[in-house]
Amino acid sequence: MNSLHSRYHRQIILPEIGLSGQEKLSTSKVLVIGAGGLGCPVLQYLTAAGVGTIGIVDFDVVDTSNLHRQILYGTSSLRKNKALAAKERLTDLNPEIIITAYTEKLTTKNAISLFLEYDIVVDGTDNFSTRYLINDACVITKKPLVYGAIFKFEGQISVFNYQNGPSYRCLFPEPPKAGSVPSCAEIGVLGVLPGIIGSMQANEVLKIILGLDTILSGKLVTYDCLTTHSSSFSINRVETEISKVLDTSNHFETIDYDLFCGIQKINEITAKEAFLIKNAWFIDVREPYEHPKIESLHPKYIPLGELKEKASTITKEKEIILFCQSGIRSKKAVEILLQEGVKNVSHVKGGAVALYEIMSNLTGFTKL
Amino acid sequence: MQLTIKYFGMLAEATSTTEEVLETKICSVFELVKTLKHQHPKLANTNFKIAVDQQLTDLNFIIKTNAEIALLPPFAGG
Repeated sequence: MNSLHSRYHRQIILPEIGLSGQEKLSTSKVLVIGAGGLGCPVLQYLTAAGVGTIGIVDFDVVDTSNLHRQILYGTSSLRKNKALAAKERLTDLNPEIIITAYTEKLTTKNAISLFLEYDIVVDGTDNFSTRYLINDACVITKKPLVYGAIFKFEGQISVFNYQNGPSYRCLFPEPPKAGSVPSCAEIGVLGVLPGIIGSMQANEVLKIILGLDTILSGKLVTYDCLTTHSSSFSINRVETEISKVLDTSNHFETIDYDLFCGIQKINEITAKEAFLIKNAWFIDVREPYEHPKIESLHPKYIPLGELKEKASTITKEKEIILFCQSGIRSKKAVEILLQEGVKNVSHVKGGAVALYEIMSNLTGFTKL
Repeated sequence: MQLTIKYFGMLAEATSTTEEVLETKICSVFELVKTLKHQHPKLANTNFKIAVDQQLTDLNFIIKTNAEIALLPPFAGG
């Protein structure tokens, strides 16, 4: 038995897979968008099963707060780009397959050409504008989309755009109002939930490749990890939703999905710039117990949860600069202040972690 | 007729319940949503789809018999 057969022996001996199934796996190409909570388990199982070509799209870096659920990564992955860090770990798991890391953000400009290179697309992202972008690009390029999404202790899974089945827009035609659905970064998530939902996504990918029955097309499955209760709902294909997307094929590159999802443009500055700005009002929107404190910027302390009610106390005379631990909550905080009519507001990319790094590197910096 | 209403995701938080039973006359999904938003004002600013007996429907659907109704919001997290 050669190394190929011994690596995949336990699945090859399944009559539903066999050598022909293994051949199908090795010649298939899967693109995973988002190497986070959902993307990590998807990538691990697809790599281990011997999917021949895997693409990983993620522009973000590994943060300590990711490690409780994104267990593909280790401490040595911290601050590395996720697509590259994932590729490194996955290559160790299975060096016999081709893994390509895409470190840029998925946009309307690169999505179509990228999707055309793959057979199946997996959505492991964390925001609505990218989810609609992925769905629409899959409709246009006619690629099946394996969808997963989570909220606190609940998850949703489905396969869209599979053999004339419904698309994401047939289920949810319009995005919710911006800011009305909180993210994991804002409300938290139990580590095993994306592990479960991501594993179910990987399962659907393998079933599609192997041509097995009962693909989750036309069904939305929900799973609650507190009650261990699972439900299944039938979704119908809505032709008008599909043709609406196909009609955009010619000008897809020009569509602004942030605008479609009602997302306001958020001004962002780098940690380095933050130390150079004079006369700004800094606000630390983290909880009081969070460290490191960035005392040298003399920030006001208003946790995110109290920001809305305290918005009226914020000066309108000066530039407002918000920061949190990594730059996710502060982005939300900018949205809140904009809604409350506070203008001239921006946030620090990378948050206190990035600010602290600058402080540590630039000893003797006058403002410190 | 009797409707069992199930709330998923953030809708369970908005209504402070995951399940409730509603006695009502034959009605459209549109009327039902209006009733539920009246009973639970926090549902007003939420976005969801309705399933009747595990089948996603639109607002024009008429509910004629005892049924299980699910309110399904979109999730973004990953």
